[in-house]
Amino acid sequence: MPANTENTAKMTPGRAAAVEALRDVARVPGSPKPDPILVADQVSRQFGGLKAVDVTHVEIQRGAITALIGPNGAGKTTLFNLLTGFDNPDSGEWTFNKTPVAGKAPYRLARMGMVRTFQLTKALSRMTVMDNMLLGASGQSGERVFKALLPFTWKAQERANTDRAMELLGRFNLDAKIGDFAGSLSGGQRKLLEMARALMVGPEIVMLDEPMAGVNPALTQSLLGHIKNIREEGTTVLFVEHDMDMVHDISDWVIVMAQGQIIAEGPPDAVMKDPQVIEAYLGSRHGSALTADGASLTDDSQGGTT
Amino acid sequence: MDIGQVFTLTITQAFGVTALIYLFAAIGLNVQFGYTGLLNFGQVAFVAAGAYAVGVIVLTFDLSLWLSIIVALITSTLLALLLGIPTLRLRADYLAIVTIAASELLRLLVRSIAFKDVFGGAQGLNGKLGQEFHDLNPLPTDFTLPLLSWSRQDLWVVIVGWSLALLFTLFVWGLVRSPWGRVVKGIREDEDAVVSLGKNVFVYKLQALIIGGGIAAFGGILWAVAKQSVQPDTFQPDFTFFVFTILLLGGAARVFGPIVGTVIFWFLLAGFGEVLSSLINNGYIAFLTPTDVGSIRFMLMGLGLMLLMIFRPQGIFGDRRELALDAR
Repeated sequence: MPANTENTAKMTPGRAAAVEALRDVARVPGSPKPDPILVADQVSRQFGGLKAVDVTHVEIQRGAITALIGPNGAGKTTLFNLLTGFDNPDSGEWTFNKTPVAGKAPYRLARMGMVRTFQLTKALSRMTVMDNMLLGASGQSGERVFKALLPFTWKAQERANTDRAMELLGRFNLDAKIGDFAGSLSGGQRKLLEMARALMVGPEIVMLDEPMAGVNPALTQSLLGHIKNIREEGTTVLFVEHDMDMVHDISDWVIVMAQGQIIAEGPPDAVMKDPQVIEAYLGSRHGSALTADGASLTDDSQGGTT
Repeated sequence: MDIGQVFTLTITQAFGVTALIYLFAAIGLNVQFGYTGLLNFGQVAFVAAGAYAVGVIVLTFDLSLWLSIIVALITSTLLALLLGIPTLRLRADYLAIVTIAASELLRLLVRSIAFKDVFGGAQGLNGKLGQEFHDLNPLPTDFTLPLLSWSRQDLWVVIVGWSLALLFTLFVWGLVRSPWGRVVKGIREDEDAVVSLGKNVFVYKLQALIIGGGIAAFGGILWAVAKQSVQPDTFQPDFTFFVFTILLLGGAARVFGPIVGTVIFWFLLAGFGEVLSSLINNGYIAFLTPTDVGSIRFMLMGLGLMLLMIFRPQGIFGDRRELALDAR
């Protein structure tokens, strides 16, 4: 059943609002959204002879979960790096909350409310889980070198941040681990920690680079639940994934990239039936074995992921 | 062999003036390398900056020693900016390359004939560098220590030096337990992660370099004051490597690591030397001469370090649990 005909009454408020807002958006690459938080134009990045990213126009809807999918090497992570300032584009302009942000230092973008995670989880191994979390809090006066030596100037703020971190860790089921080194956590727990740490910053948009990579199926479900919760609290989510099935269950909108370009956009069901998308994933001349794969993919989307 | 004398001489060196110079450099390096993860292979340059600031201000310009301390801190800060601004945006290894080169450049610059009038060339600056400091010595003029072989002058330096070292240790402890310390530790673990949380990593790295360099500059000031002489060729790159040795020995990123490391390093180095010398002098080791002792003690030190790295890679104070995480 396509998402846009679902009964919105059965959905969580965040989901319903996102589906409602995206109901009339055209299903074409670069389509304008009613309330975009991020708008990018003509972003390109070349690595030698390879044009890794060449995006004409893309808008990300506020308050929705947008999935950025595509086969390996499609340029998803490169686009992520460009948008978050971790890499410099050859050309391109983009705005965050209508403010032009191209060329801004990545830490400035994070302070403005655009916080990302990484494909290879960057848990700060030799720091405790709690220290990992507290590092995320913004505007700490104790982080200034001159105030650092005067604990009374930052103790109260530290306590407030610790409380907030405890609350977040509780949500992510990491509250029993606060004193452990982050390096001693399992891969999945590190993903959770990285996500919780990103939320400590108080972002408006969280950009997750393959949050489900290398996580066992049992934890994947809980991760998906956490991502949905982020949206329910009003934070926009943009995430990169290459597994289409994973995307189907949680995303409100899907953007498909292939060879650096955006080739399709739309609600998950529509996108997965798009012949262009199937072609990008499976190749244009797919034989019988690959067709079977493609069929199972559509079966899944019709049955709904549980 | 007089065991009592060997022990006394060893202790004197383990807590002595030279050990203190290395200690200041190690406390500084602990901030830079231990906590922030900056591979500064040119720590000796900051020590030289401190020593030459005293030498130039007191001898060349005939100004006050106290002014030279301020100049030393300004010089070391400028050096940190000069080294840091172009390299700290790049990968960690660039800082290592640039710092080791810069420390040699600085040494060759101060010993050059072109600046002989200012820096004294290869002979360096020798004279009453620390007079103003030694004039404040409260110890009675006929003072002698019962056991340790420090002169009245050295003891005064040692007392002030150790007080300052403890003060700096306290300072570092205060810094690293603060949110500031949390950020620099985060940078050591993974710079990009800290950037993604909205911290201006470059500024923190620069601050760590300046703070560590400033503490190391005090080693140089102490050197000039205690030895009343500043010579360019004492600031060779091996100084930096001994400082790294000390830091790893005590345990990097441990507040008391530099103190423990320094004392053990100098205790062992001096101990090997004294024991060997007295064995040779008493004819127990016939195939060696007293002149071999200098190099053999470093060989033994190297052997000791290898054993340490094999059996206790985290240093004396380090946490093995923490080190194991690094291997992932």
